[in-house]
Amino acid sequence: MAPPPSSAHDSSITLDVNGDKHTLTVDHRTTLLDALRERLDLTGTKKGCDQGQCGACTVLLDGRRTVACLQLAVAAEGRAVTTVEGLAEGGQLHPVQQAFLDLDGYQCGYCTPGQICSAVAVIEEHAAGWPSAVTDDVRPEAGPPPLTDDEIRERMSGNLCRCSAYVSIVQAVSRAAAAARAESAGTTAAGAGEAA
Amino acid sequence: MTTAPAARESAVGTARTRVEGRDKVTGAARYAAEIPFAGLAHGWLVLSTVARGRITSLETAGVLAMPGVLTVLHHGNAPRLNADYIGLLGVPPDPTCVVFQHDRVPFMGWPVALVVAETPEQAREAAEALVVRYEEEPHDTAFTRDRPDAYPVGGRMPAETRKGDMEAALAASAVVVDAEYTTPEEYHHPMEPHAATARWDGGRLDVVDSNQGATWIVGELANLFSLDPASVRVRSEHVGGGFGSKGIRAHQVAAVMAATHLRRPVRVVLTRRQMFPLAGHRSATIQRIRLGADTGGRLRALEHRSLSHTSTVHEFVEPSTGATRVMYDADAHHTANLVVRLDLPTPTWMRAPGEAPGSFALETALDELAEKCGIDPIELRVRNEPERGPVSGLPFSSRNLIACFQEGARRFGWADRDPRPGLRREGRWLLGTGTAAASFPVMALPSTAAVTAEADGTFTVRIAAADIGTGARTALTQVAADALEVAPDRVRMRIGDSDFGPAMIAGGSMGTRSWSWAITTAAGELRERLVPGAGIPPEGITVRSDTTEAVGALAQMERHSFGAQFAEVAVDVTTGEVRVRRMLGVFAAGRIINPLTARGQFTGGMIWGISMALHEEAVRDSVSGGHYGADLAGYHVATHADVPHVEAHWIDDPDPHDPVGIKGIGEIGIVGAAAAVANAVRHATGVRHRSLPIRPDRVILAGTAGAGADAGAGAGARAAGEAHA
Repeated sequence: MAPPPSSAHDSSITLDVNGDKHTLTVDHRTTLLDALRERLDLTGTKKGCDQGQCGACTVLLDGRRTVACLQLAVAAEGRAVTTVEGLAEGGQLHPVQQAFLDLDGYQCGYCTPGQICSAVAVIEEHAAGWPSAVTDDVRPEAGPPPLTDDEIRERMSGNLCRCSAYVSIVQAVSRAAAAARAESAGTTAAGAGEAA
Repeated sequence: MTTAPAARESAVGTARTRVEGRDKVTGAARYAAEIPFAGLAHGWLVLSTVARGRITSLETAGVLAMPGVLTVLHHGNAPRLNADYIGLLGVPPDPTCVVFQHDRVPFMGWPVALVVAETPEQAREAAEALVVRYEEEPHDTAFTRDRPDAYPVGGRMPAETRKGDMEAALAASAVVVDAEYTTPEEYHHPMEPHAATARWDGGRLDVVDSNQGATWIVGELANLFSLDPASVRVRSEHVGGGFGSKGIRAHQVAAVMAATHLRRPVRVVLTRRQMFPLAGHRSATIQRIRLGADTGGRLRALEHRSLSHTSTVHEFVEPSTGATRVMYDADAHHTANLVVRLDLPTPTWMRAPGEAPGSFALETALDELAEKCGIDPIELRVRNEPERGPVSGLPFSSRNLIACFQEGARRFGWADRDPRPGLRREGRWLLGTGTAAASFPVMALPSTAAVTAEADGTFTVRIAAADIGTGARTALTQVAADALEVAPDRVRMRIGDSDFGPAMIAGGSMGTRSWSWAITTAAGELRERLVPGAGIPPEGITVRSDTTEAVGALAQMERHSFGAQFAEVAVDVTTGEVRVRRMLGVFAAGRIINPLTARGQFTGGMIWGISMALHEEAVRDSVSGGHYGADLAGYHVATHADVPHVEAHWIDDPDPHDPVGIKGIGEIGIVGAAAAVANAVRHATGVRHRSLPIRPDRVILAGTAGAGADAGAGAGARAAGEAHA
């Protein structure tokens, strides 16, 4: 039950979540994670530790991955929040979701939304040329390193999976990344073809 | 390899994605803390800040005046509970979950109050503001090898077994290994924290909970609150991991108490930090093994003693020597599980209780013996294969340990291994390989199931099973489809609701076996009842089964799964870093229902072994009696970057006495895995590590064989005869 609004402790904010605008009054102490779960009934984002150590609450904030438990809801106003519920388009699963499903990249499923959101960002970060701690050549002109299993493991290490489905999670991220590259190459090729 | 399909295309043995997979990858699957209720209030537990003493006062007045606070429950105002009963698993309740009954504090983190408020933020702030005063007493949390107050404890097995003359057999042995092995406090930490929402609904207590068995929790709550079990319903549709920790806990009891008091739904969720004292753990162990063998490595003497700790309020033993009673025989054979009571939280079952730490000690000791005898570790195990249970004398229902080693050796490339330690170098890394055996008991317990033939030609199965990530929901669908001789997509599997009738828990690697037995029985009877061509009434035709008699009729035998673990590690002795490079396990663990999800069970267990070998350790502060860093930054579990290429395979090994051929696969993956890693570290560096985890500081201090020492609690004193010393 929501507390009565009071200016000292509460604020009315508008959150942009998965493209939908939600106006709500929140306790200033409310984290983005609790706002999603307790106020907007978006429980796909999980609370594993509530202190930024497990990655289960990973969401995309303006396209960048972040742990929603260390983000105050009031500070998320005006930013685009994407949760696991916002990845599928219509009935079509996001390629990362499909790969997790097909390759059994989970067991209990509780870390899964965070793993998936993280993986979506990893694939984009890699494509944008961001290096990781295991990247051999970090010079900008070297371009994106091959997205090896070691690169995926390093980049996904903020997301704990106690069931330890790591083997199949890495396979799923690898498959989805390959599909994204193929699609990107196809789009580029098609675009080039049209231009010619 | 999987079992051969039956004449019609069998669903069992075929890889299938999870029935609830789409819900899990889209975030639609709702866990215990995620079901909305009108008028929901939020409870926050307050835990003791002293390790031993008495509560002298709780200053509730100020807290009750805080915004949104509805009540504070504590020993001064809580209703009396009934703790005088034996639960489904054959044990009385741990007093830790019989909350707020007295003023005594037996360990740091004991639940002393529940603050309930309108919002989680209000409840948390009020809980943190609650002043609790204690009369503190000196605590004893010192877990040491020579505790005079240690005593033998049985449980599901005898505390001690003994045959032959141990001292004479050791004296007559050409080769002796005598060493001490230690493992630290380990914590389950399922990703979903324990959570329960309790409410009264139409005269019934309805609890939405995260647990490993709805029937189990109903029985505990009905007993504790003196209710008719029929008036209690527990639901747990999705469970975010368990590993042994999700039984009856303080949060469910506190939630029921508050919901009853306030007459509205109350949710209590444990914080990650609260899970340390309240959700159970694996006790630390101090184990001593003495092996005596002839020059050919045949065992003449085998002694394994294990000490673990429990709380002062509840007896729980980590039965680390259980597997030793099954694995190897010797003329003189002695095993004992001992416990010491300390001012610590109560431990509980944690994935392969007993087998996980016990196999680390035993399988490391076997590796030491192999080295001393100059025999390949696999050959040593071949030479020590028992024909019957070493202690029981009973025949094995099946024992395919050596087949696992042979298949594993072939796949791993073991034949090329140079056994000499400390020889392989790749840059700054020393490389080594190791192996170890695994076993886990095969068990089943009675369950009931209901199978309904629906009018539309589909079937509905109802069973109070729990899918804690094992893939049970999917596996049971496959089992039911075969038993009904229909395609799996015509079977609707409903689980996680105590109203479906009594069923076994997801634990002891016996969930899927016990539930499948009940489903197969009901489905078979239903098929006989269905008359071809005859219509099915709108309410369907339902058949119920109860396997109590069939399970009880199983003959006494040594029933186990077996496996062989292989690991390759790289060790940097200057930084102390140990990296597992690859791991391979081969298992003989009954008929595999779903190869896709089964592989995850095996590899997940093996990764638990890596985590146990290298990372997991809860460090206790002797001054406060609590933990240092009680969170996931302080308690390290393996993450992506720690986990290399891990492969699991299985050999054809259907259980001859199970209707489906199942043995159970949830736990064997961790057994022997830590020993395989530790044995590989020895092979890489020449140093034997006998204390887990093999932390960087331990590796640095131990150095390499050339620099001279063994590492481990008893290494200096008890293994002074090491060839390299």
